[in-house]
Amino acid sequence: MVDRPALILLALLAALGVLVPLLNVGVPESSALHVTTYTVALLGKYMTYALLALAVDLVWGYCGILTLGHSAFFALGGYAMGMYLMRQIGARGVYGNALLPDFMVFLNWKALPWYWHGFDMFWFAALMVLVVPGLLALLFGWLAFRSRVTGVYLSIITQALTYALMLAFFRNDMGFGGNNGFTDFKDLLGLDLHAPAMRIGLFVFSVAALAGGYLLCRFVVTSRAGRVIEAVRDAESRARFLGYRVESYKLWVFVFSAMLAGVAGALYVPQVGIINPGEFAPLNSIEVVIWVAIGGRGTLYGAVAGALVVNYAKTYLTGALPEMWLYALGALFVLVTVLLPKGLVGLLPLARKRLVS
Amino acid sequence: MAVAIWMAGAVAGECLSVGVAVAAESSSATTLEAPPAASSPGSFAAAVAELKDASYSRKAELIRSMAEQRQQGTKELLAALLNGDVYARTSDGKVFIVAPGTSGYALTDPLTGRGAGTEPEGGFEKVGINNALRRVLRSALAHFDLSSADEGVRLAAVKELLRSFDEGATATGAGDVRALLQSQLEKERDASVKREIETGLALAALGDSSPQQRLAAIDSLASSLNPDVYNRLVALRDPAAEPEATVRAAAARAVRRIDSWRSFYGIIETLFFGLSLGSVLVLAAIGLAITFGVMGVINMAHGELMMLGAYTAYVMQLLLPDAIGASVVLAIPAAFLVAGLAGVLIERFVVRFLYGRPLETLLATFGVSLILQQVVRDIFTANNRPVVAPSWMAGSLQVNDALSITYNRLVIVLFAMAVFVILQLVLRRTRLGLEVRAVAQNRLMAKAMGVRTDRVDALTFGLGSGIAGVAGVALSQLTNVGPNLGQSYIVDSFMVVVFGGVGNLWGTLIGGMSLGVINKILEPYAGAVLGKILVLICLILFIQRRPRGLFPQKGRAAEA
Repeated sequence: MVDRPALILLALLAALGVLVPLLNVGVPESSALHVTTYTVALLGKYMTYALLALAVDLVWGYCGILTLGHSAFFALGGYAMGMYLMRQIGARGVYGNALLPDFMVFLNWKALPWYWHGFDMFWFAALMVLVVPGLLALLFGWLAFRSRVTGVYLSIITQALTYALMLAFFRNDMGFGGNNGFTDFKDLLGLDLHAPAMRIGLFVFSVAALAGGYLLCRFVVTSRAGRVIEAVRDAESRARFLGYRVESYKLWVFVFSAMLAGVAGALYVPQVGIINPGEFAPLNSIEVVIWVAIGGRGTLYGAVAGALVVNYAKTYLTGALPEMWLYALGALFVLVTVLLPKGLVGLLPLARKRLVS
Repeated sequence: MAVAIWMAGAVAGECLSVGVAVAAESSSATTLEAPPAASSPGSFAAAVAELKDASYSRKAELIRSMAEQRQQGTKELLAALLNGDVYARTSDGKVFIVAPGTSGYALTDPLTGRGAGTEPEGGFEKVGINNALRRVLRSALAHFDLSSADEGVRLAAVKELLRSFDEGATATGAGDVRALLQSQLEKERDASVKREIETGLALAALGDSSPQQRLAAIDSLASSLNPDVYNRLVALRDPAAEPEATVRAAAARAVRRIDSWRSFYGIIETLFFGLSLGSVLVLAAIGLAITFGVMGVINMAHGELMMLGAYTAYVMQLLLPDAIGASVVLAIPAAFLVAGLAGVLIERFVVRFLYGRPLETLLATFGVSLILQQVVRDIFTANNRPVVAPSWMAGSLQVNDALSITYNRLVIVLFAMAVFVILQLVLRRTRLGLEVRAVAQNRLMAKAMGVRTDRVDALTFGLGSGIAGVAGVALSQLTNVGPNLGQSYIVDSFMVVVFGGVGNLWGTLIGGMSLGVINKILEPYAGAVLGKILVLICLILFIQRRPRGLFPQKGRAAEA
């Protein structure tokens, strides 16, 4: 069963994935149609944000769990990728130490901490991108859903989770670069990270990941389990009394969503070239929620659209009118929740009706 | 330690030099404290005359003999000597106390205490002293200060004399100092000076040759919290320092006893720090407890309302630059009004449309918080603004050697209590409070009974926001006032409300206080950041056990 919005979104993504590289490579720089490498990287970043928005929409829009801590999973995926990229630097760091990243040499560490082992292999890092956020979500969700923490309580403890992680990652002795995080990456899979071809490759991969993530989420929400998940959102007690193990459904959706967020973070880091504890900030998580709210929660394409629209507005406004951005974002929060509870997607039926009449 | 002694010396010297300057101006200075001369003035004059050419060891002898004679003018001379203000005229070798003026040196004759005119600086040579002499001088001066009318001066003199015990260099012998202090102890009426003398004498007795004396001294010291006493007693446990086994055992007992007292006071101090941190948390959270607990509205802009209160305190200080104390007091009602008004506006224009959708109010009020932050940034810039604490909040209450309590923390604790009590009274004893509780319990029924729920909602939200403003004034006294002030407290205050249980102000109070105390207990072991992380993790685990907080609502209200 394939519905129209899904087809449109996939077609758009396919077009984006083909056209942008073509316009970047095939069209001369003097042409108006030329897409700069900077724009390619920017669009790639938006794709990872859209993937994160999908993850949040899955738990919030479909399962009713308002998570204010999803950027924690995003950042953990990013850190896992960052650790791989740090190991790839090898002896080319400022201190030229083949084994230890610069910040460890700076802190006078003698040996690599145990949890850094294995991150020199890409497959291991890629696995950790899924495993670390997934395990944290499993542990946290198991504790929270089993004891039936719901509603705003859950929102607030997810916020506490990401806040605690932020404080922890700010500490130098955690072994994750403290305040500065990881940066100065050189290679990915042995190829130069700054080469235009690498940028295009990452962009195409991000588009593909978004499309894949979308299809996976669609598969989840249209499956039988997806119906139960929606039932949990609408009437949790009733679903429980009907004999469904509500907490198991919630837990699996939550873990799946956290893994998706981890992948988004892992794709985000090589494209922006830095990861630091600021990514854990509770503000970031809430921003993701507002992307979803603006796009329209409970519709997967709405979440993607919301992430793209808000981030484009953010890039534009922070460049053109920096002091206006917070006003605009604040006003968006207020107006969308008060006037557009279904988000931009909620406007579509209205527009269609007007067109018909 | 050496620095501390030097500082004490420098301060004493400064005080004394002021005294000398006054004496020089009035030109007919008489020394009130000095007893009548015991020997002829001639020997004093001879000693003064000899001072300039004498070797350092001879100078020490001269100073001692002068101090013993207690001749009129001796104190001023010794103080000036300590301060480096004694010069000899090169032309005739006569010794003067000198005060540098604009047109050369203003001279004072140490023998008569009278002014001797002003002469150019060139014709004088300083009477030099060294560190050993400074010690001799300080302890000699302390003899004079013991009879001062000011307790502070007497206390300093006693401390100075006691120090001379340790250093073994005294103007008079150690036995004389002891006799002097004994006689002072009988005369002394001030308790702190008395305690200092007793401690000091007992400390001196620790070095006595008879073991009985030493045992008695240990007994009398066993309840002291003085760090010097502690160090001496610790040293006495060593066989190398103390030959007598019984004395060593007594010292070890005394050290254990003092240790337990010290840790007791340490616990009290930690508790107090925890309570003061808890008070800040309670202040921050209690307004939230009203909007969240009573109305079911998640106000993410709560932190920004606190920030508005803090900026109100800053503006009040700009308006009343000459009356800092008054501006802080006036800032409390002003902040209540400013933040309360902002709260009412938020309720009327945003929250009103979102009742029954708590997750949406969370997002909408978060948007409001972003706007408020940017407004403040545009008006006051992003820089932190200083808010000066009034003088009555500075300083600390010294309970004993092991425990002192700063006044600003004390004021915060009392203030938080006052806010809590007033809020309880408003909710329990006023018409508004009755209506608020009625609406919280059953909105439709309250409406049917004629309660104007719209108005009550707005006022409740305004009340909670006003309290946030008041909390902001308190915060302005503790931290920097900047646009991000609110953000740093919002997670903490939600934790407090969730921990304490929704809809219960007592829960907030106990929740906040216990979080503060737990934080402060963990801090020494884990460090501030790790301690906070541990508290957050504990809270996340706690919520699993008790999903509705320490004091959950019971009955029908819990289901809503």
